[in-house]
Amino acid sequence: MGTYVPNTLEQQEAMLAAVGAKSFQDFYAGVPQAMLVESLRLPEGLSELEVRQKVSAMAAKNRVYGTVLRGAGAYRHFIPAVVKSVVSREELVTAYTPYQAEISQGILQSIFEYQTMICALTGMEVSNASVYDGATAAAEAIAMCRDRKRNKAYVSACADPNTIQTMQTYCFGSGMALEILPEKDGRTDLEAVKNLGPDAACVYIQQPNYYGNMEDAKAIGGAAHAAGAKYIMGCNPIALAVMETPAACGADVAVGEAQPLGLDIAFGGPYLGYMAATKAMFRKLPGRIVGQTRDVDGNVGYVLTLTAREQHIRREKASSNICSNQALCAFTAGVYMSAMGSEGLRQAAVNSMSKAHYFAGELEKIGLKRVHGGEFFHEFATACANPEKVLQALDENNILGGLPIGDGTILWCVTELVSKDELDRAAAIIKEVR
Amino acid sequence: MKLIFEKGAPGQRLSLLPPCDVPEVSLSQPRTDPLDLPHVSETELTRHYTALAKRVHGVNDGFYPLGSCTMKYNPKINEDMAALPGFAQVHPLQPAETAQGCLEVYAEAEKLLCEITGMDGMTFQPAAGAHGEFTGLLLIKAYHTHRQDTARTKIIVPDSAHGTNPASAVMAGYTVVNIPSGADGCVDVEALRAAVGPDTAGLMLTNPNTVGIFDKNILEITKIVHEAGGLCYYDGANLNAVMGVVRPGDMGFDVIHLNLHKTFSTPHGGGGPGSGAVGCKAILKPFLPGPMVEARDGGWQLVQPEHSIGRVKSFYGNFTVVVKALTYILTLGRTGIPEAAKNAVLNANYMMKRLSEKYAMAYSGPCMHEFVMTLEDLHHETGISAMDIAKGLLDHGIHPPTMYFPLIVHEALMIEPTETESQETMDEVCSVFLELWELAHTNPQALHDAPTKTPVRRLDEVGAARNPVLRYTKK
Repeated sequence: MGTYVPNTLEQQEAMLAAVGAKSFQDFYAGVPQAMLVESLRLPEGLSELEVRQKVSAMAAKNRVYGTVLRGAGAYRHFIPAVVKSVVSREELVTAYTPYQAEISQGILQSIFEYQTMICALTGMEVSNASVYDGATAAAEAIAMCRDRKRNKAYVSACADPNTIQTMQTYCFGSGMALEILPEKDGRTDLEAVKNLGPDAACVYIQQPNYYGNMEDAKAIGGAAHAAGAKYIMGCNPIALAVMETPAACGADVAVGEAQPLGLDIAFGGPYLGYMAATKAMFRKLPGRIVGQTRDVDGNVGYVLTLTAREQHIRREKASSNICSNQALCAFTAGVYMSAMGSEGLRQAAVNSMSKAHYFAGELEKIGLKRVHGGEFFHEFATACANPEKVLQALDENNILGGLPIGDGTILWCVTELVSKDELDRAAAIIKEVR
Repeated sequence: MKLIFEKGAPGQRLSLLPPCDVPEVSLSQPRTDPLDLPHVSETELTRHYTALAKRVHGVNDGFYPLGSCTMKYNPKINEDMAALPGFAQVHPLQPAETAQGCLEVYAEAEKLLCEITGMDGMTFQPAAGAHGEFTGLLLIKAYHTHRQDTARTKIIVPDSAHGTNPASAVMAGYTVVNIPSGADGCVDVEALRAAVGPDTAGLMLTNPNTVGIFDKNILEITKIVHEAGGLCYYDGANLNAVMGVVRPGDMGFDVIHLNLHKTFSTPHGGGGPGSGAVGCKAILKPFLPGPMVEARDGGWQLVQPEHSIGRVKSFYGNFTVVVKALTYILTLGRTGIPEAAKNAVLNANYMMKRLSEKYAMAYSGPCMHEFVMTLEDLHHETGISAMDIAKGLLDHGIHPPTMYFPLIVHEALMIEPTETESQETMDEVCSVFLELWELAHTNPQALHDAPTKTPVRRLDEVGAARNPVLRYTKK
């Protein structure tokens, strides 16, 4: 059996004697004895070599595709070597939440830097230290906008279905009403936003939206505000390098899935939810926030701050229950953004978008036409007479094709990782079987 | 230390991406705000983060007895397994037949953890403990709602509970009923009896509780709640004391959350990511978040439970965290799991005994995996608070215990050594604690001034909250 207990049996005996216990059973004297487990039905423990073999065998049952043309909420981008190298340092991996600020300045400063970078990306004034993922960030954001008279959140039908479903679950809990704004040609129907009721607390849209299409974000924001509702934008962080910021579009809260910023797709997690707000809204942000201050000698340092919003102080009156967040993922995103820099991030965005447009053009030539008009970023939906056959053929060539989303439609994604040659090859394969 | 924004110079960069090999396109409404990200060379960048890492206290930097946090050793093999490309490079929306290994990880972890906890089903979707609490409470809510038992609007929480418990209950739409603890730190059974009724949706309880005591009345407690028509929620924060010894399912709990990042050795990452797996009895299984992994047609499939509360997050959970926890459980196995629990308890009792020499315990022993000291008397006598002792420990390279929790103990220091500490380490740490006790009497000013050897000294938290500076702005 494997063990991480350092004390030998002799030491354990000596320690038992030191505390006046005859055996371990003495410690559990308060447990109703009939309840004690005789033996768990678990396999015997294993040596490290055996565990490595067993778990590696599970990993070997998964397909890792050479080319990935699928996104839909999880994006395989280039991750610089420095990111993994830095983030695997054991101090960072194993530390607890930085409540003891004097010995946690590295974590605290990294979060302060991350908050600054999220503000830079979004144009917003304040960022928190992260939440679980983009979907929970969106669900937390709508809760921020609720007040006594305004209890209904509106979410665009063009948002990621995972986000909408997560909002629905959170609203089942809180009792907040949630209504879905209809879609029109792959975008949020602006007319519907112009007809919000007096109970409208907020409008949520995703930019670019689930279909990869660019929304008319300024107009939607204007309509939301005209109805007295707050405006929340869920933005792809890489697209933010080239698209108008949520701040410029009038958003009160900006959130999103920051997995594209240096995190592996890893079968769905851990990912990273970012949340940023205007100065007027920042006290409603959930979760941890790091602030700059000084120590008794006047040196600059960092602490967790504004904790009076949080559960460990406010208990049932807290703005959210969140405690653990995704700190190491936020750290990762910080390293990624530092490594890429403004120009590198812009290049990743431009390359992704340009390649997606090139591929859309190639697909159109062979009859897979886009189902929506207008501008898109690095994802787009096409019609496909036989999605199963197309995806199967790509699969046989080590390519994960786009996501079939029903009605003979495939949602494609291209990032900077995919070369023109790979796109040409994919198009050639599709041409044979379409 | 400088911020990364204050280092390097415009134009400094890494060479990462090739030029675009297709015609470049742009948006008709491009970004107009400037984008100010750092501009550093690779040398500058890596040095910056190395410097930051040196200003962090990790589990391998020294003793880490944070009560209720279970800061045990984080095995290296776990990290290796989570980083396998066969896990890290799998897209969450790949066809199920191409992700059978990932689904097997979830299925296997569910099976083993259900056996350890006495539950019938488990979801790994919640990303952290508090997220698990929210999920578990929604299961309770969905259960009552499904039975059209809609008058149940209250969740009972003892005053010793973690702050997340009441906060989660409110997020699930419940009213919180706080009940006082008895003099022994356990549930006041009569207070509970008086609190339950037709409006009781459930009870949230940590057992062993937050003062480190196993509630001997546990069967009566869960019975009282069940007889009133409520369900019992187990906060798994303290499972490390009893895993493999006694199971929450056998105590009468209907739904639990685990902190895989505490009990099952996955690292804390400076505050996350964790995993707040939620287990439940058969009556609640139809309500679990979807999708769940099930065996079908000789393989694993993703399936939506019949009356699912929906999803609580994108995809399926913090997957690679579950890989780490599974690696750990497979390593320890049938005998290693209870061995860890028993040694966690032994270590806590050993430290409690040694520290009792000087320090006052909030409750008399023996304890489970953690114990709470009260420095109230010391504070009166010397002016030295729990905070001062904590800050004194910092200068000895020791992470302080949890301070000022639970709220029912004044000047509390809560110590949880975990099973992965040796007798030698604990002896050294106890000596430091006892030295600081002496110092409190002989030279209290030295403790008021502590720490002095850390990268920064005591920080102005009041000022930070009063004049919030929450990001860097260029001077």
